[in-house]
Amino acid sequence: MSKDAFISIRNVDKYFGKFQAIDNVSMDIGHGEFFSLLGASGCGKTTLLRMLAGFENPSKGEIYIDGQPMSEVPPHHRPVNMVFQSYAIFPHLNARDNIAYGLRRQKLTKQARADKVDEMLDLIALPGYGDRAANELSGGQRQRIALARALILKPKVLLLDEPLGALDKQLREQMQLELRALQRQVGITFVFVTHDQEEALTLSDRVAVMSAGTVLQMDTPSGLYEAPKTRQVASFIGTMNFFEAQVKSTNGAMMNIEAQGLGNLQLPRGERHFNEGEAVQVAIRPEKLRLTDDKPEGDGQMVQGQLRNSSYLGERSHFYVAIDGVDRPVAVSAQNRTRFAPDPTDERPVWLNWSDDAIVVLGKD
Amino acid sequence: MSTESYIRRPNRPLQVYAIIFLIALYIPILFLPLFSFNDSIYVSFPLTGFTLQWYEELFQREPVWAALMNSVKVGAATAVLATTLGIFAAKAITKYRLPGQNAIVAFIMLPLVVPGIIFGVALLVLMSSLGVTLSLYTVAVGHVIICLPFAIATLIPRFEGLDPSLEEASADLGENAWHTFWRVTLPVVWPGILASLLLTFTVSFDEFIMAFFLTGTEPTLPMYIWGQLRFPQQFPSVLALSSMIIAVSFVIVFLGQWINRDAHISTVRK
Repeated sequence: MSKDAFISIRNVDKYFGKFQAIDNVSMDIGHGEFFSLLGASGCGKTTLLRMLAGFENPSKGEIYIDGQPMSEVPPHHRPVNMVFQSYAIFPHLNARDNIAYGLRRQKLTKQARADKVDEMLDLIALPGYGDRAANELSGGQRQRIALARALILKPKVLLLDEPLGALDKQLREQMQLELRALQRQVGITFVFVTHDQEEALTLSDRVAVMSAGTVLQMDTPSGLYEAPKTRQVASFIGTMNFFEAQVKSTNGAMMNIEAQGLGNLQLPRGERHFNEGEAVQVAIRPEKLRLTDDKPEGDGQMVQGQLRNSSYLGERSHFYVAIDGVDRPVAVSAQNRTRFAPDPTDERPVWLNWSDDAIVVLGKD
Repeated sequence: MSTESYIRRPNRPLQVYAIIFLIALYIPILFLPLFSFNDSIYVSFPLTGFTLQWYEELFQREPVWAALMNSVKVGAATAVLATTLGIFAAKAITKYRLPGQNAIVAFIMLPLVVPGIIFGVALLVLMSSLGVTLSLYTVAVGHVIICLPFAIATLIPRFEGLDPSLEEASADLGENAWHTFWRVTLPVVWPGILASLLLTFTVSFDEFIMAFFLTGTEPTLPMYIWGQLRFPQQFPSVLALSSMIIAVSFVIVFLGQWINRDAHISTVRK
């Protein structure tokens, strides 16, 4: 356990019958961190969250929250609160009683309780909505009530299970901003489950990318995007162009790579220290490729290709360029800096160039 | 509208069939109230005139009131017991994946199709071999068995509509299982419980066969009616009594259905 870990998950396995939902997961989450579990459905992210809440127990391993082992602690005694995917607003209670639900055990005066609820209603920007019946609340309002109901108990950790999934795009983006602001305001640890990679990147301090019950990579959003460690992570987060390649020679910290279609590349050997002759993959994000009609000046890395098609997305356009020796056309993304959209039917020879630090080298896995 | 497909278009023959079906179902029963207002001791056409005489007579008869109270007591006890047992059974059936679940449900529902006379005889044999004196208690025991399927069939859709995350949310907010049951589960399924109470009360109130085998000295209302059938001059009063039982049963059952009308509209769940 690292010393500033607030939540520590140690070698946790979880089986449902014979199905292994979680496979030897360990992670540390810091105090006040906005931490996301990201993955496709069935990757185990929700199971992990439910184990933090206490609805499931690990088959093996231990979870510590604030230094305390949690395996013997039932959900109603854990210092965590959860915002459910369905919000789980109690249908027979109004907004005020929903928010005050967990206060029963704190022996408060009627006035003190009402004050606390009003404070929460202000925090979630729904003052005056206390008397609304559960079925009179919209999706976004339910989401906020669920948030207030959890936060009023001042938990050490707030667990959020895809809380924005049921909202439409515009409301979701607004709630993302509010959620982030709220987390800074209350300063507690958020553990956030989502399958939306953009959402995870926008909101989180750190993200754990999960697949088939394991953590593929745990990093900051920019770390995941700019320095993915595996092809799986690289292709799950955003779009990535991959090229088969081989290490031709190494020279101290540098190596020479022969990449199909891209030619010879001089690159740093990186953390993994690839060896001479090793088969690797070279990856580059579409927006890090520059597309020009004329051969670029200078002697930087460049390759000529044939523009196959393009799509216009408003603020940017996507281009697909066929390069000799590469099976799939290379995706290029460019800002539309002028008011004239590219002609999608315009097939023509073009040049691609990039700077050396745009390239990521991945192992052959 | 002429553009409607055949699926939506009103179907005249089907409507006629439905009406005939309902008439055939309820016409026999409607003869009871009809003759209960007839100014003649004989049940035959033509009707001779309107009277409330039979109803008045009924209200002045002491044993009718005694039998009514007996039925109400048995009905109330049966309703509470069958519904309470039904709540636990419905909760278990909907919450847990039990091995042999379908078989368990089938067993619970069996009293619906096993002839009452068999259950009645079986219980009578059991009671007498245990040396239990027949009384309203033994009737209530028999009625609980009969009513349990009704209670469970009413409660299961309610419990199925109960989003499991509601109970998890309650636990998450610091309540133990007992308080969660009182503060969340019970209020959410309450309409179903009320409907079950009303339905099981009605079933018990109207039940004859079990009561026939298991009644001691105090008759329930259907038993009293059965006893009165031997006396022709009492028959119009029996008709009056039966008419009232039918009316009250209808009201209670419809009330129960209305209270429980949104049982299948579950709260949002994925």
